Amino acid sequence: MAKMVRLISKYCGNVRPDSVEDYVKAGGYAALKKAMGMGPLDIIEEVKKSKLMGRGGAAYPTGIKWEQAYSITKNPKYIVCNGDEGEPGTYKDRLMLGQNPLQLIEGMTIAARVLDAREGYIYIRGEYKAIQETVKKAIENAVKAGYLGDNILGTQFSFHLEVVSGAGAYVCGENTALVESIEGKAGRPRIKPPFIKNAGLYLKPTLLNNVETFSCIPYIIDNGGDNFASYGNEHSGGTKLVSLSGNVENRDVYEVPFGITLRELVYEIGGGIPEGRTLKMVQLGGSSGACFPEAVLDTQLCYKDLKSKGISLGSGAVLVLDDSNCIVDFVKCIMEFFVHESCGKCTPCREGNRHILMLVEKFADGTATKADFEKMKRICDTMKYGAFCGLGQTATTALITCLKYFKEEFEEHIEGKCRAGVCSLNGKEAK
Amino acid sequence: MKGTVVSEVLTKYDNSKDRLVQILLDLQEESGQNYIPREWLEEVSQKLDTPLTKVYDVATFYAMYNLDPKGRYVIEVCKSAPCRSRKAETLAQSLEKLLSIKMGETTADGLFTLQHTSCFGACDISPAIKIGEKVYGNLNEDKLAEIIRAYREGQK
Ligand SMILES: Cc1cc2nc3c(=O)[nH]c(=O)nc-3n(C[C@H](O)[C@H](O)[C@H](O)COP(=O)(O)O)c2cc1C
Ligand code: SF4
Ligand code: FES
Repeated sequence: MAKMVRLISKYCGNVRPDSVEDYVKAGGYAALKKAMGMGPLDIIEEVKKSKLMGRGGAAYPTGIKWEQAYSITKNPKYIVCNGDEGEPGTYKDRLMLGQNPLQLIEGMTIAARVLDAREGYIYIRGEYKAIQETVKKAIENAVKAGYLGDNILGTQFSFHLEVVSGAGAYVCGENTALVESIEGKAGRPRIKPPFIKNAGLYLKPTLLNNVETFSCIPYIIDNGGDNFASYGNEHSGGTKLVSLSGNVENRDVYEVPFGITLRELVYEIGGGIPEGRTLKMVQLGGSSGACFPEAVLDTQLCYKDLKSKGISLGSGAVLVLDDSNCIVDFVKCIMEFFVHESCGKCTPCREGNRHILMLVEKFADGTATKADFEKMKRICDTMKYGAFCGLGQTATTALITCLKYFKEEFEEHIEGKCRAGVCSLNGKEAK
Repeated sequence: MKGTVVSEVLTKYDNSKDRLVQILLDLQEESGQNYIPREWLEEVSQKLDTPLTKVYDVATFYAMYNLDPKGRYVIEVCKSAPCRSRKAETLAQSLEKLLSIKMGETTADGLFTLQHTSCFGACDISPAIKIGEKVYGNLNEDKLAEIIRAYREGQK
């Protein structure tokens, strides 16, 4: 099996990002033309056959999401693209948005065609300001060329797209918080149900997908859902963009077929660990993702195989840590992130993150006791089951999985030892 | 007659409440000191016929807004895990030394503010910093000194 393929990233770097001319010459917009001649249900059928699962993190089957959106009869409907990309270690949507936004725009236009939607929004994190400008230009040029706006390709079909900026809030990647933010409000998650498919943006039915998800659509329509699915394995269709970061030689975004192993990803594609060091840990899916040691690397990149090990693929971020890192210090960094990003709406998350951070800091200072493990576990349970949204529910995944695989490093800190020499353990000395 | 800064930005967004997040981003840019003055928030509240508490709710919710004046250049050091694994903390320390200020502070000449930020998607070149819209990566102490020098000289 090929270790890398380029289905959805194939035009990246080969076209000017905002040039409709380049994109069409390379083969772009063939899918939209084809879709104009297909019925909505035929398009949905191809997406279902592709076995495409949402690439934003939750891995909901895209074909089913589209089918549900189609079956809702209320109008108008909105198409929204999630380009918030706030999960640390994730930068693959940056590639698609920055290098070939027209493919995403084409995917969204096909979605609009299916749902007969007239308006759509691309929500892009505020930190990607320059990219927002590129996407705006691409939209303008698509309108000029007749692929977007009024009377698309000379038909009665019209679809308008607008770029909306975030302003630095990780929680706005959560879909209900995101639509609140587009409406000009603070991005606090809404209670569910109603789900956004019924009552999303302006409380109207809303189809929301990730940048990468929409970017897969043109290939699927062009080549057929079965063709796309054939690149993956039985359970996970197609390819995935992965972002490699941390202590790994080749840090970049790679498009890989489902079914390759994490070992191949880290050692062959990623080129292994630099400076003769050894691998300590991999975290998959960003700061809300699971951590595991080398022994788990023979797992396939596949939603089902990963799930059997209690891991989810999330956004496809792969963070590699070598033995110069301390697990306690790492978890402290993760918890600081969630303390900062918690929106404060619900108590389990607002307070839970802070209390866990304080406990982890005790380990880093060398002042923790064995009783602190039990305290951390209790708060983790409360957050997992009691938090209002996905942020609080997954904030402790790193801690829980590190305690599963690397508990002895926490225990060493109780003894006043940090094997990586990272933690100051000042509290211990002070005693 | 030319309108106020606020009314001009509001006009750009059709005086629409739904655009409050974008409006505040634009206003912050207009300030030249990377913050949104209190009077502007009051003016926005009046002109959009929205309670001041709602405007404040948005202005204090998002990390990119500042309500106090910052330096001309805000230097943001990423403190998320991928950058930390590439020893971003030493960058923070070098910058504190180079600028003679602590994290969260502004230099006396009003040129630089130093602060931490969450991951901004430059993890392929971590450890990374942002100065305004510009991203710098694969940094070490020498490269940092060079960057700061260039900004200082650009001022003369
Ligand atoms: C706290 C939080 C942050 C999220 N951040 C993102 C994000 O940055 N980008 C994204 O596409 N999805 C993010 N998601 C997932 C979205 O809520 C949603 O499931 C996804 O965008 C749906 O698109 P998909 O089906 O194409 O994956 C986040 C979820 C949570 C709970
Ligand atoms: S879980 Fe956290 S982010 Fe989500 S609503 Fe509660 S406080 Fe806000
Ligand atoms: S972790 Fe620093 S830019 Fe992503």
